[in-house]
Amino acid sequence: MCTWIIETAEMYGSGKGADGWFRMNQANVYYDHPYDAPLDHALMIDFVADPTKPGNRVAVEISADSARRLIKSIEVALQTGVDGHAHDLTGADEVVHAG
Amino acid sequence: MTTGREYEGMLAETIRITGDGGDEIGAYMARPLGSGPYPAVIVLHHMPGWDDATKEITRKFAHYGYIGIDPNLHYREGPGSPDDVAAVSRAAGGVPDSRCVADVEGTMEYLRSLPYHNGKIGIIGFCSGGRQVYLCAGSIPDLDAAVDCWGGRVIASADELTAQNPVAPIDMTANIKAPVLGIFGNDDQSPPPAEVDATEEELKKHGVTHEFHRYDGAGHGFFAVDRPGYRPVQATEAWGEVWKWFGKYLRA
Repeated sequence: MCTWIIETAEMYGSGKGADGWFRMNQANVYYDHPYDAPLDHALMIDFVADPTKPGNRVAVEISADSARRLIKSIEVALQTGVDGHAHDLTGADEVVHAG
Repeated sequence: MTTGREYEGMLAETIRITGDGGDEIGAYMARPLGSGPYPAVIVLHHMPGWDDATKEITRKFAHYGYIGIDPNLHYREGPGSPDDVAAVSRAAGGVPDSRCVADVEGTMEYLRSLPYHNGKIGIIGFCSGGRQVYLCAGSIPDLDAAVDCWGGRVIASADELTAQNPVAPIDMTANIKAPVLGIFGNDDQSPPPAEVDATEEELKKHGVTHEFHRYDGAGHGFFAVDRPGYRPVQATEAWGEVWKWFGKYLRA
């Protein structure tokens, strides 16, 4: 399968790319042949600020099982962190989008 | 048949050609070092980019006595590394079909200008490049041979059509003049065996010269020597079919 179909998620945060830190605003998520990882297919995520600019991304290519483990880890870490920092739940997303 | 006494050599280099809309695009070309005349094969890279594997296949064609040329279908999304510009292309919905066809026509025009070309041009592509082979075969009447390696989405439902891919390649079958060789793994799900069968039926219906070869124990992309899906026996057999096909239609 070679697909150009991607899922996108709006992001607020920073990523560290080839030229250092940048403010990202979108994650492009897809499952296809990886460019580098020695896998037939991989779950790929490009964290981008501007999807029209080559190289302006943080890219990962991971196996399907890795992706599932990552989802669980994110959920656990997120829940643990949110529980521990309930006092500062005012999210940057809300601040940014309110503007 | 080689005797072990012949001179063997090739030149592999990046060049610039004229593509869709008169745009300059890059291409990777490999050719035997000799006076020719040699047949040519256009090698279409897959969605993940103008990558090392496709360039290696391009050199493989030169080793076997063809002018191999691999146009960079993502050139306009650059400059940038092949993976980065592929990401840009993907985010924009992929390579527009009309642009791909015109880039291939530009590649053909360039090939015909070469003094060591025999006038015959084939095309081969892998994965999304296989789909583009079918698209080009249905759009360009003067291709001399085509090889579709596991091209997915040759058959597409109306809701799968996009601005970049407005027509399902299967609907262009009646226009195909080039003989079509298809290489597929029976464990593949893109295209699944049922779609491969339906595509072959369409070729038969329109009287297109073709051969489809299906391999048990092979999935998608089983030529890729650096991936777990590599199947050396099936890949070797299938490469043999590719050489026979291009030999028959491009060397005559």
